[in-house]
Amino acid sequence: MIIAATLAIFAAMALALLRAVLGPSLYDRILAVNMFGTKTVLLIALLGFLMGRPEFLDIAIVYALINFISVIGVLRYSGSNAFQHEDKTQDSDSRGDKWIP
Amino acid sequence: MDTLINYVSGFCLCVGALICVSGAVGVNRFNDFYTRMHAASVTDTLGAVLILIGLMLISEQLIVIAKLMIILLLGLIVGPTTSHVLAKSALKNGLKPILSDKRSDDISKN
Repeated sequence: MIIAATLAIFAAMALALLRAVLGPSLYDRILAVNMFGTKTVLLIALLGFLMGRPEFLDIAIVYALINFISVIGVLRYSGSNAFQHEDKTQDSDSRGDKWIP
Repeated sequence: MDTLINYVSGFCLCVGALICVSGAVGVNRFNDFYTRMHAASVTDTLGAVLILIGLMLISEQLIVIAKLMIILLLGLIVGPTTSHVLAKSALKNGLKPILSDKRSDDISKN
């Protein structure tokens, strides 16, 4: 069961990387990187149990903290101009202009 | 009793892995950023909780269970916070959600 879960986590990580490469906007990439980090924590825990060395859980704890800090650290600069989203598709802005946040 | 715990642990691991894969497929298949984020954040939390509970059931030492519990609580606190910050930042920076025609008409009337 642990092997099956490990393989499933590997597949989920590959799909998250696919979204990080394809992602149309910057926020899709940040979302995919966050998801990749969460899956990495689970993968480290599962691999520790699979190899009979549960000491790897310390690394998993540190990885979870680093993942959180990195995403928050990137989004700390979301007030800058590089984070402004410009709509590249022309056909959707007629409907999107009515949205008032 | 021991085999029952093993079966429950295997069930938790399998369901958690299935939820993780379905979340990854949802991230790739949905067409809007906010729906993608919904798929990612919900399945991240639930899949991580199920997999860590499945690992907790088959571990013998108390320190290992404590470390797994720390990871679980960290995931429960950190995941929704990250999703909230990401959604707020995306909405503030002008990433508009795709709405249906009916909802757009309702908003334009008000």
